[in-house]
Amino acid sequence: MGFFIETLIGGLMAGMLYSLVALGFVLIFKSSGVFNFAQGAMVLFAALAMARFSEWANAALGGNSLFLANLIAFVGAGATMWLVAWAVERFVLRKLVNQEGATLLMVTLGITYILEGVGQTIFGSEIYNIDVGMPKEPVMMFESLFEGGILINKEDFIAALIAALLVGLLTLFFQKTPVGRALRAVADDHQAALSIGIPLNRIWVIVWLVAGVVALVAGIIWGSKLGVQFSLATVALRALPVVILGGLTSVPGAIVGGLIIGVGEKLSEVYLGPMVGGGIEIWFAYVLALVVLLFRPQGLFGEKIINRV
Amino acid sequence: MSRKIGDVILDLQNISLRFGGVKALTDISFDIREHEVRAIIGPNGAGKSSMLNVINGVYHPQEGKIFYRGAERKKMEPHMAASTGIARTFQNIALFKGMSVLDNIMTGRTLKMKSNMLLQAMWFGPAQKEELAHRRKVEEIIDFLEIQHIRKTPVGRLPYGLQKRVDLGRALAMEPQILLLDEPMAGMNVEEKQDMCRFILDVNDQFGTTIVLIEHDMGEGMDISDRVVVLDYGKKIGDGLPDEVRSSPEVIKAYLGAGH
Ligand SMILES: Nc1ncnc2c1ncn2[C@@H]1O[C@H](COP(=O)(O)OP(=O)(O)O)[C@@H](O)[C@H]1O
Ligand SMILES: [Mg+2]
Repeated sequence: MGFFIETLIGGLMAGMLYSLVALGFVLIFKSSGVFNFAQGAMVLFAALAMARFSEWANAALGGNSLFLANLIAFVGAGATMWLVAWAVERFVLRKLVNQEGATLLMVTLGITYILEGVGQTIFGSEIYNIDVGMPKEPVMMFESLFEGGILINKEDFIAALIAALLVGLLTLFFQKTPVGRALRAVADDHQAALSIGIPLNRIWVIVWLVAGVVALVAGIIWGSKLGVQFSLATVALRALPVVILGGLTSVPGAIVGGLIIGVGEKLSEVYLGPMVGGGIEIWFAYVLALVVLLFRPQGLFGEKIINRV
Repeated sequence: MSRKIGDVILDLQNISLRFGGVKALTDISFDIREHEVRAIIGPNGAGKSSMLNVINGVYHPQEGKIFYRGAERKKMEPHMAASTGIARTFQNIALFKGMSVLDNIMTGRTLKMKSNMLLQAMWFGPAQKEELAHRRKVEEIIDFLEIQHIRKTPVGRLPYGLQKRVDLGRALAMEPQILLLDEPMAGMNVEEKQDMCRFILDVNDQFGTTIVLIEHDMGEGMDISDRVVVLDYGKKIGDGLPDEVRSSPEVIKAYLGAGH
């Protein structure tokens, strides 16, 4: 029992990060109809920026204050993601308004390669570290409740906490602020949003910036755990089945979907893994998303797609 | 009525609009005077919505000029038209379905928000104060349209007639100079139509808003208008006072031909 709960909590914590990345994805899809395949590359790009800025700042400061160096790097990487958002709107979205979804998807594939290429040209292509002082040692909890207690990875716990906080903040931003209201308006009806003077271009920069910040936070968390390397982009792409599972247009769907996939991955890895010979967490999310699609093509929380005849 | 009709506010000259081979509008000229209620009528497919979309900057006519307060207007997008004081409602209601009535109408205040977007995003000091001021304005509109009882209801759940009223409310929240209404009474029952007529007249009377009113038949809309333009197959076939238009043989023929 203790072990089951331990696995469950591990899954929830990992899932929280998927939720976060999926949220960036859903925001972009809702507001601009773009299926943003580049979300993974954005995570890699942001993590690269963070790792190298921190390294450079640390060297410039003479290695005296890692905290200050990280702070500078965070602001710098945030600004870099803002630049990315601006460029995507200016050079891509603005030219391609009203194009088919498939065209826009292809374009984000292009953005993926550009981000990966430019990222490695500017920041280098080795494996870099991000050290934001995440505690590495696990802690024992609930020893009185379960025999042997529950082992919780402190790093994962803090990561999940940060992700949950950011998800909460984004939800508030979306639901309560005037800008969030304008974003929801654009998501609901482009024509009507334009007619009341909401500037679509500015809204797109904002959503891509939000997705960029989300990518940065996820990049820092995954990067500090796994090292900043090319494979980060693929880790982040696990958020893809999450949004398919949750429904492309649903914010709660992204959050719940992330948790389901996090938990599913961990449980299947532990309980099914030995039977099928391991490696299950790599494809589990996709299979789960596929199964959901068979029964609910619109995803768990997505709006039902009714074709007009 | 206290209002008096002013100078020409919008002057449309020789407007032609094509979609591929379809001529939606052919060489149409007419003007709109400040503070008047100007109707555009015509059978289905006559080009009324196209005309409204030209004024609103959604469509860009291949030929013709538009003068707004005497100055020629450059090629324009809808959000720019909005910032010059032009608001509209839609023939097929285009409300923000996921939002409440209050939030829908609040979106109409977007252009009136002065504090910068970053402050707004953080819901910070001055931005918060500003939001409350806009909220009061929106409550006034809600009272004006007599929809207090549904202010928190998601618009998707409202009956059609009330949705049309919210659509009007969102446009009013912009405090526009010119209000474009695309068949505001279509699909309504008699009582709803009377209410809508009353609101349109009150807006015109109390705020002096210039109103462009599209209707597809010679009904209520025409009765509350000062002047009427008649379109048929993308051409202008009549322009004048309601009574003149009603008795014009050409207009009567167009409506008979269309089976009205
Ligand atoms: N976006 C469009 N693309 C192609 N044709 C259009 C478009 N909008 C309107 N039309 C055509 O222009 C003509 C006039 O349409 P419309 O302005 O909607 O008429 P009305 O509002 O008077 O019913 C119709 O033949 C219609 O099919
Ligand atoms: Mg029409």
